[in-house]
Amino acid sequence: MTSPELRLNGTAVVDTFAEAFAMWGARVIITAETPDWARAAAQSMTGFATSIIGCKCEAGIEAELPAGDTPDGRPGVSVLLFSTSAEGVGKRLVERVGQCVMTCPSTACFNGLAAEETVVVGGQLRYFGDRFQMSKLIAGRRLWRVPVMDGEFVVDERFGIQPAVGGGNILILGRDQAATLRAAEAAIGAMRGTPGAIFPFPGGVVRSGSKPKSRYSFLFASTNEAYCPTLRTVAAESQLPEGVGCVLEIVIDGLDLEAVETAMRRGMHAAAAAGALQISAGNYGGGLGQYHIAPRPLLEPAGAAT
Amino acid sequence: MTFDLTLHTAPAVPLEAEVLTPARLSGLSALETAKLIVVHGNQSAELGEFFRIDGVSGEEIHLTGDLRRIKMVGAGMTSGRIVVHGSAGMHLGAGMSGGEIVVEGDAGDWVGPEMTGGRIVIRGNAGHMVGAAYRGGRVGMRGGEILVFGSAGNEVGSGMRRGLVAIAGDSGDFTGVNLLAGTIVVLGRLGQRTGAGMRRGTIVSMQPAEILPTFTFACTYRPVILRLYLPYLRGLGLPVNDAQVQGCYQRWCGDAIELNRGEVLLLEDASPPR
Repeated sequence: MTSPELRLNGTAVVDTFAEAFAMWGARVIITAETPDWARAAAQSMTGFATSIIGCKCEAGIEAELPAGDTPDGRPGVSVLLFSTSAEGVGKRLVERVGQCVMTCPSTACFNGLAAEETVVVGGQLRYFGDRFQMSKLIAGRRLWRVPVMDGEFVVDERFGIQPAVGGGNILILGRDQAATLRAAEAAIGAMRGTPGAIFPFPGGVVRSGSKPKSRYSFLFASTNEAYCPTLRTVAAESQLPEGVGCVLEIVIDGLDLEAVETAMRRGMHAAAAAGALQISAGNYGGGLGQYHIAPRPLLEPAGAAT
Repeated sequence: MTFDLTLHTAPAVPLEAEVLTPARLSGLSALETAKLIVVHGNQSAELGEFFRIDGVSGEEIHLTGDLRRIKMVGAGMTSGRIVVHGSAGMHLGAGMSGGEIVVEGDAGDWVGPEMTGGRIVIRGNAGHMVGAAYRGGRVGMRGGEILVFGSAGNEVGSGMRRGLVAIAGDSGDFTGVNLLAGTIVVLGRLGQRTGAGMRRGTIVSMQPAEILPTFTFACTYRPVILRLYLPYLRGLGLPVNDAQVQGCYQRWCGDAIELNRGEVLLLEDASPPR
């Protein structure tokens, strides 16, 4: 175990790195007659999208948008969705926009990413219109109008996708569950609203951190026993210092590395201020992920601005 | 770099000047441009017999004078920009595929017939057959945009298949006749027999209109698509207000004598949603 030397408000910051992965990302703008309906569609679309391991994609709400900031002038929500391939993003978008947004009263769905590469979404969903659908071209942008029972579902034909970064993370180590939850809640509160970043787990926080592989041959990921307090004396290489009784993780997916780093920086400052005993990051030895994001440089003066 | 062409001798009969496109004049000197052949009535003539030519050829042409007898300006245009400081004659931008034409005054009949791309802006009024198919032709405008800040004559968008025509004032009879697809927005009043024979496509008006008996009333609703289209037109300078953007529209489906997949949207209630 590396010795913690850097301290942030008294909280030790471990000299390690978060191992993040190359992914593909898309931004979806969902609008509706009221903020509640836009939020309902966004929450449905981002449900069961915590980890690529079991959900085929990771997704979350990036921001709530005032009416003046959306394509159709109605209140909206910005959603980010990530998968491991461009094709995967396209398939997940068709599934989730089709099942979770088109189905939600009064919504419309727009591409929120100006990118060179695109995937067809509305161009697939249009077939639901059973030849009653209509398309419109506005300033070079093709939209589909699919007749539904409350009027029409309007959706962009294509959505932009871009290379992205998934799996950035911070580990928050605390005295007990209550104290660690307080620190994690403070951290996620500070991280939310970072442009281009989402936190796909429930409430933005995950307790079941994983390691690759398993003692069972049929599993390719399993519990990260090094951070389980109940296994402190059983795990071969426990990472828990004396006094730590709980660990919570915040996973970050971003449209670029800067978004992930900004979110990590905000989260670490907030967690430290809220009384975390130690801040660390999860990795798999460095052999799996393309991005190694060390927490310490993010906190040093040159990288301290948020 | 711009070419400035000023009309010094008004033609006695219509002059066909389809040479007036940025691509055609590109790289030519003023002298070479003056020698380009135009058709004056049934005679060939040189462009310089009618226009004084100044400046350097480039992507922009400025035409000044009363050009109501100058036909085919910008016909077949592919790129660049033409500005007419005055009024333009018939067949403006016929078959154009790119670039922009701006007319500060009025335009004659047949603005942008069978065009496939680009944009035509008429600051004044336009004549009949805006964006239409030529007689004997089956398909009119197939892309691009035509914006008329005044009113337009009959058969706007006749046979149109794709693209946008927006009229800030009124349009004449048979607006969208034989429409195949595309969008026509009229902020003023529609004439008689709107959408006769239309198969698909959209005709929007902000005023009550007489609807043909072969159209059926579907519902009153707030079309999200107009929340995208109308602000776009406002961004291009058309006088669209918030009430029109957020308003409730009657949807009429037709024409039942054809495919019956077209729509006429008429603003019914301009009050915002509750």
